[in-house]
Amino acid sequence: MSPEKMVHMANQIATFFKSQPGEDQAERVAGHLRDFWEPRMREQLKAHVAKGGDGLDDLVIEASERV
Amino acid sequence: MKDFIIPDDRDMGTPARTGAPVTLTIDGFEVTVPEGTSVMRAAAEAGISVPKLCATDSVEAFGSCRLCVVEIEGRRGTPSSCTTPVAPGMVVHTGSSKVRKIRRGVMELYISDHPLDCLTCSANGDCELQDMAGAVGLRDVRYTAPEGGALDNHFEARNTSGENHRYLPKDESNPYFTYDPSKCIVCSRCVRACEEVQGTFALTIEGRGFDSRVSAGNALDDFLSSDCVSCGACVQACPTATLQEKSVVELGTPERSVVTTCAYCGVGCSFKAEMQGDTLVRMVPWKNGKANRGHSCVKGRFAYGYAHHQDRILNPMIRENITDPWREVSWDEALSFAASRMRGLQETYGQKSIGVITSSRCTNEETYLVQKLARAVFMNNNTDTCARVCHSPTGYGLGQTFGTSAGTQDFDSVEHTDVVIVIGANPTDGHPVFASRLKKRLRAGAKLIVIDPRRIDLVKSAHVEAAHHLPLRPGTNVAVVTALAHTIVTEKLYDEEFIRTRCDWDEFQAYAEFVSDPRHSPEATEELTRVPAAELRAAARLFATGGNGAIYYGLGVTEHSQGSTTVMGIANLAMLTGNVGRPGVGVNPLRGQNNVQGSCDMGSFPHELPGYRHVKLPEVRKIFEDAWGVSIDPEPGLRIPNMLDAAVDGTFKGLYCQGEDILQSDPDTKHVAAGLAAMECVIVHDLFLNETANYAHVFLPGSTFLEKDGTFTNAERRINRVRKVMAPMNGYSDWEVTQLLANAMLKESGGANWTYTHPSQIMDEIAATTPSFAGVTYDLLDEKGSVQWPCNEDHPDGTPLMHVDGFMRGKGRFIVTEYVATDEKTGPRFPLLLTTGRVLSQYNVGAQTRRTANSIWHGEDVLEIHPHDAENRGLHEGDWVKLASRSGETALRAHITERVAPGVVYTTFHHPDTQANVVTTDFSDWATNCPEYKVTAVQVSASNGPSEWQEDYAAQAEQSRRILPAAE
Repeated sequence: MSPEKMVHMANQIATFFKSQPGEDQAERVAGHLRDFWEPRMREQLKAHVAKGGDGLDDLVIEASERV
Repeated sequence: MKDFIIPDDRDMGTPARTGAPVTLTIDGFEVTVPEGTSVMRAAAEAGISVPKLCATDSVEAFGSCRLCVVEIEGRRGTPSSCTTPVAPGMVVHTGSSKVRKIRRGVMELYISDHPLDCLTCSANGDCELQDMAGAVGLRDVRYTAPEGGALDNHFEARNTSGENHRYLPKDESNPYFTYDPSKCIVCSRCVRACEEVQGTFALTIEGRGFDSRVSAGNALDDFLSSDCVSCGACVQACPTATLQEKSVVELGTPERSVVTTCAYCGVGCSFKAEMQGDTLVRMVPWKNGKANRGHSCVKGRFAYGYAHHQDRILNPMIRENITDPWREVSWDEALSFAASRMRGLQETYGQKSIGVITSSRCTNEETYLVQKLARAVFMNNNTDTCARVCHSPTGYGLGQTFGTSAGTQDFDSVEHTDVVIVIGANPTDGHPVFASRLKKRLRAGAKLIVIDPRRIDLVKSAHVEAAHHLPLRPGTNVAVVTALAHTIVTEKLYDEEFIRTRCDWDEFQAYAEFVSDPRHSPEATEELTRVPAAELRAAARLFATGGNGAIYYGLGVTEHSQGSTTVMGIANLAMLTGNVGRPGVGVNPLRGQNNVQGSCDMGSFPHELPGYRHVKLPEVRKIFEDAWGVSIDPEPGLRIPNMLDAAVDGTFKGLYCQGEDILQSDPDTKHVAAGLAAMECVIVHDLFLNETANYAHVFLPGSTFLEKDGTFTNAERRINRVRKVMAPMNGYSDWEVTQLLANAMLKESGGANWTYTHPSQIMDEIAATTPSFAGVTYDLLDEKGSVQWPCNEDHPDGTPLMHVDGFMRGKGRFIVTEYVATDEKTGPRFPLLLTTGRVLSQYNVGAQTRRTANSIWHGEDVLEIHPHDAENRGLHEGDWVKLASRSGETALRAHITERVAPGVVYTTFHHPDTQANVVTTDFSDWATNCPEYKVTAVQVSASNGPSEWQEDYAAQAEQSRRILPAAE
């Protein structure tokens, strides 16, 4: 998928979990990505992060390490 | 074939009652019935049929025909048994010589104004007037016209000198039934059915005495131009040939009937398919059907003609390239072509390069097999279903809050509700039979709150008016739902005891603090949502304090960037107000297609095995690995939009799509087309060469719901049987085709064959592997008629209400619902918001209903636009307009109406030549990728006709549908 679309989708997930109470938002974002994103999509995300993660929410970048 | 004995469905004369038992004596027999029951019904319970004409048990007693008179000891006169309630110790005589004489006299009068053409009448053999003439022993009619004088009757046709001004010709305007005034006995059953059962009030009795006539709409109206919605309730209620199905006129009366389930919306109505041999004469709603209780809508009742439409493809077809014409081949050739292509793709591009889409229009058993094909034959989890694009947020949202992905109630629950919230749903069009049941409750005094950008019919229609209509701006559901919660929490209207005992109190504290923030107040959000704060507060107070509160919602909730968040917000509202776990309350998703619930239950989603259990769980995988003898991939597969993205990227190459038309139904048509075009093997399994088939290499002909056995699961979790009433015209039921494909693929890899010989065996496998279905068997369904899951050891008869003593997940969980504006924003280029939906007469992509006479009500998609927006653009009613978004543009005709607010436009997606989805975007729900169909920023401008894209599309579609003449 286009990088813009992937970034948009990942940031939407981060936006939701950021609004939730608690301390473990990055883990919850990572958990959501593990549960619902097919490995190809997670690989694309990690590759994007490796290249600097342009446009990604910080929470997504933090979560991507645990995906 | 197993015989299914239809339970007693005699007409008991008047509706059933509940109440304390009352014992009386009828013709010497003691009978005990609930208080409030009529003498007529009590007699019927005792097996005694009192003659009747104006009474039928679908409507309240009326007492007009005087045929059902009886004698009651100690009472004067001869009361009508239909309107007389039973009393303790009452002694009734239904067959005394006195009442016999009265009845014969009444019948004589009726027959004196009725044509005696019984032998050639379309109701011959199915006429209550005929039956009653026999039952009362009518042998003579003494009333004849005076010699030489004009006949004063309603049935002698007018002659050339213009005599008999009372005669009215047949009204044949409705495509499915006729109204023949000459046969009418003015019993008012049709009028009462239209009012009480359907709730449309389209019919009335005009005139008085001998001048009384049934009339649809105003004096100048016929049935078609009136408010009639063609639900068929009047036809069903009519005791004579006055209102008669045209199919019966044409074919004659049926000789047998089979109970089955409608293949349209998620209400899942039970019908009797009435047959002559293997010809379907008519579909009649079954009064023992627990979803519909004997009612129907125009789709299920009449729109079945597509099953024999000339467009139906009956032979398998293949082609090398999508630019080639189709070539008809044998099943063997088609299946081995498909199997070797799919296997070849896996060899070249990897195991995960192919997948399936299961259908919400197919049975549970068929859906189960298609996802099994992906998991056990393709050996990946690339399976998804059209619920992705409708109710996937329901699965996620209710799963997170309550612990299970399903509505909490049965449809009967609406009879006990006091306040109803309808949000993002238009039941009178989308779920008409439920809407009729809801309207009946509203007429009895329940209050209604409508949350919808459009002024839908429920907001104000005959004898129904919403207490509050919150006309929110599309895309602001979360803000509105949170503002409702704000009001309930800050005004301390919540049910603390329920929350303390049933929910997680700590999470409630955090939630209460969140919603209490003044930024969530109705006043603070008014500017954003456009909902007047005072109205919103009043609605919140009504819902929290008005008694049993029930929430019904549809795709106006789910098809948003925050679809899942809104579902959670709705669950929060129900928990806050203690409205879970008893009749009359609950959270009720109205499912779009007949088997959306079932297709989700059956493990169609790429991350879940049947029964909503994640593929990552080894103990769940083990159940299926043991049953199927394979190892299952622990990683989630691709969802439909992800499949299309991966196809464009070149890593997804093959698709088996059963009974869905993703090119027409999914958003951003150009992107879907690009994805399909990039695939090397698209297998479409359908009744017709649908739009997706334009990009297919293999076409496998499908079977209709009339041609197979199976089950559908409706929106109330009710598992209903689908019964085969005729042989599949294409040769195989759909489950057989999937099995043939699986075996063709397994042959290539040397795997073990699938060997199902009947869908009941597939259900047995589902029951053996899925705890919520553990108790389900075809025998049980035959015995009970239907059951609602969970059906297992703890709930052997199924579960009408969920979360009665506790939530499925234990404690109910409040979830913070922060409003996030969608990125689909209006601006100078695209200043209007488009929202999409459906109409009563058409269904989804229209593949079925467009191939019936239903198109008379809706022949094309039109754009609803507010007069203010139309005037700004110089548009008039019926003008061609261009509808453009950042994704694409199309053209259609404008309909100027105040149903939509200024700034909002609306259309349907039933017609491929409009392709509303060329305009919708690829934005989607954050949690589930459910597309944001309900919010697209658009511009509308004058146009001369179809857009260039539409013309190109039509040309491509025509080119792609060429079929080579079969070789000799």
